[in-house]
Amino acid sequence: MKDATTRTVRSLCLALTATLGLAGHARADAFPQRPITMVVPFAAGGPTDVIARIVAEHMSRSLGQQVVIENVTGAGGTTGITRASQAAPDGYTVMMGHMGTHGAAPALFKGLRYDPAKSFDPIGLAAGTPIVIVARKDFAAPDLKAFIAAVKSGGTSINQAHAGVGSVSHSTGILFDAKTGAKPTLVVYRGTGPALNDLMAGQVDFMTDQIVNVAPQITGGTIKAYAIATPERSTVLPDVPTTKEAGLDDYEVSAWNAVFAPKGLPKEVGAKLEAALGKALEDETTRKRILDLGGTVPGSGERGPAALQRLVESEVARWTPVLRAAADGTP
Amino acid sequence: MSDLFANLGLGFAVALSLQNLALCFMGCLVGTLIGVLPGVGPIATIAMLLPITFGLDPVGALIMLAGIYYGAQYGGSTTAILVNIPGEATSVVTTLDGHQMARQGRAGIALGIAAIGSFFAGTVATLLIAALGAPLTRLALVFGPAEYFALMVMGLVFAVVLARGSILKAVAMILIGILLASIGTDLETGQDRMTFGFAFLTDGIDFSVLAMGLFGVAEILRNLDQSETRDVVRQRIGRLLPGLTDLRQAAGPVLRGTAIGSILGILPGNGAVLGPFAAYSVEKRLARDPRRFGQGAIEGVAGPESANNAGAQTSFIPLLTLGIPPNAVMALMVGAMTIHGIVPGPGVMTKNPNLFWGMIASMWLGNLMLLVINLPLVGIWVSLLKVPYRLMFPAILMFCAIGIYSINATPTDVMLIGAFGLCGYLLIKFGFEPAPLLLGFVLGRLMEEYLRRALTLSRGDPMVFLERPVSAVLFAVSAVLLVAALMPALRRSRDEVFTEA
Repeated sequence: MKDATTRTVRSLCLALTATLGLAGHARADAFPQRPITMVVPFAAGGPTDVIARIVAEHMSRSLGQQVVIENVTGAGGTTGITRASQAAPDGYTVMMGHMGTHGAAPALFKGLRYDPAKSFDPIGLAAGTPIVIVARKDFAAPDLKAFIAAVKSGGTSINQAHAGVGSVSHSTGILFDAKTGAKPTLVVYRGTGPALNDLMAGQVDFMTDQIVNVAPQITGGTIKAYAIATPERSTVLPDVPTTKEAGLDDYEVSAWNAVFAPKGLPKEVGAKLEAALGKALEDETTRKRILDLGGTVPGSGERGPAALQRLVESEVARWTPVLRAAADGTP
Repeated sequence: MSDLFANLGLGFAVALSLQNLALCFMGCLVGTLIGVLPGVGPIATIAMLLPITFGLDPVGALIMLAGIYYGAQYGGSTTAILVNIPGEATSVVTTLDGHQMARQGRAGIALGIAAIGSFFAGTVATLLIAALGAPLTRLALVFGPAEYFALMVMGLVFAVVLARGSILKAVAMILIGILLASIGTDLETGQDRMTFGFAFLTDGIDFSVLAMGLFGVAEILRNLDQSETRDVVRQRIGRLLPGLTDLRQAAGPVLRGTAIGSILGILPGNGAVLGPFAAYSVEKRLARDPRRFGQGAIEGVAGPESANNAGAQTSFIPLLTLGIPPNAVMALMVGAMTIHGIVPGPGVMTKNPNLFWGMIASMWLGNLMLLVINLPLVGIWVSLLKVPYRLMFPAILMFCAIGIYSINATPTDVMLIGAFGLCGYLLIKFGFEPAPLLLGFVLGRLMEEYLRRALTLSRGDPMVFLERPVSAVLFAVSAVLLVAALMPALRRSRDEVFTEA
């Protein structure tokens, strides 16, 4: 009996050590020689985590080494990204950044210890998750135009939910208010789950969030969708018009997810990672998995390091004024 | 009714396939093991095992992951009873009487009753999900921020009732718990609060860190300092399984615990945490001699253990019927489902009946397996107590350290359990109890959140708590409970004043 216990304990310890990535060092020419850690700065099970796991699974196969997901949560994802940005730039630590950590964060977190445009070697864009404008199911407005009019005339008596400072629903919601001139009361939740629950129960009036989170509720009829903020309609929600179709021109947002490495990555290593990511996104099953969630897969021209670098710069430029203005407006 | 049987028939057909049975067993076994290891919780384990499930079909994968979750609930009580370390918020209460029973040489009975109570609760809760899952969902939607706040206040009143000794000391502990909970980033403004500029405090203190320090490490320190007590545990092992008298004593608490746990489990927003606390308070209220509680009363193990397992099962209801995860483990299950291409939501029941009913059937089978796994293991666990303490405590400390590190992968958490261990040791020495502190900590964060949200929605009008019927009733119950709990103490202190005069 005692032997069995010791053995279980020992194998558990081994498993732990392996997953924590404590294996030895390796040279760049034979990259990769040991498992690669992909830091996901959000909790396991969330949209970014799901995308990361889907992509990492295929990357593991083409790289011949496990790509292990490590969830380091906190401070709107900046805790994990900060830590990953300080890792050795040897390709064994990469991270799944997103719209928040590499776009909105500089405006939201004053003491941010990384610069989205300068502290990283971008590997490539992985997926986009469109934003949907959703409201409680008994909200009277028949279409987006009427909805915006109602929200504007309602002023602070309208309740807008979001999932916490730094979350996608927070930044995209503030952008919506800025673009439409609405001034609703913001109701804060810890995560999307409880916010959706209160939206279903009719405690709050509306929110903007990623399609992965809201699509099942929309198709189930427990909340209603006014528009999807992408240039084209989604196959998951074919009946929901795009913001442009519905008459709101200047509101196209997607919570994109992209792979980054710490600055100073050897060229060959970067190229190998980029190729592995590209292969994953061209694989039929991987693509289908992302599309089934309502996500979008970037074309080969828009996902490379250069394109990603441009995206990061344009996103920082887009979010900074909007979020700063909103922060100045509230005491 | 015939629908129910047809559905359950379908569920069992799915769950009884050889592959799914094996996966269910694997999940339960892994769950039991990680539940026993202090600190290594179901969240870390499910996250680690997610990639392995890619190759499986979704139903089998989810059956296994669910098994890990409720298996961990069984295993968690083992550590709480044997070494006084609550692995999860839900097993804090079990330490109170469970560990006392172990010290009296009744560890086997405590473990046995915990397993039997859990099995019964699991069975009832599974039936409840199958029969009433859909209508019960509405309960989740009735609970708005005001109702949750009222519920949390009621929880704090439980903490007062829970107290073994001085009520004043218990209240002090609750307040410290609430204060500790306010460390971290402010939810509404995103500003740091009471972090003293330390980056590792920006997300607050993790529950496991606090629990493991205050209970686990403090207990080790105390044992090392009193050489005689640690022998008490080893002295007599006594009966391994509960006898008829024990079962009779535990029957009522198991029934009540199951009912309380099932109802609180349905509520999203972590209402399930309150289950064991509520069950304990109820048992203590109903007991003919409440002084036995905290001294190894079997009711104090049976009630809360049933409540926590019932809650673990019914917390699948909001997930399966609404697609809303009520706690972190369920959020992970949502992720697991999405990775497998099933997005949980109101449509799961009709679109994936195989998955829905298969999972429900597997829960009952899993509970049965857990009973079969756990009862024979009782002997092994109990015999672990015979290991000399000088060998035991370094092992416990090591597992605590590994477990804590596995949660957030931050070294500072490991140091924090040491610091909290020292605090916990001092608290014990000065006669303060850590349990109310932990409850204050768990509820503090939720309370603040719901209070602020309710007031935001009412535009600052506190009457909202009395205008909404459910919240008004909950407040009334809290008031009655509080008065009932304070009366004897008030009377006693008045008597003391008189005698002193």
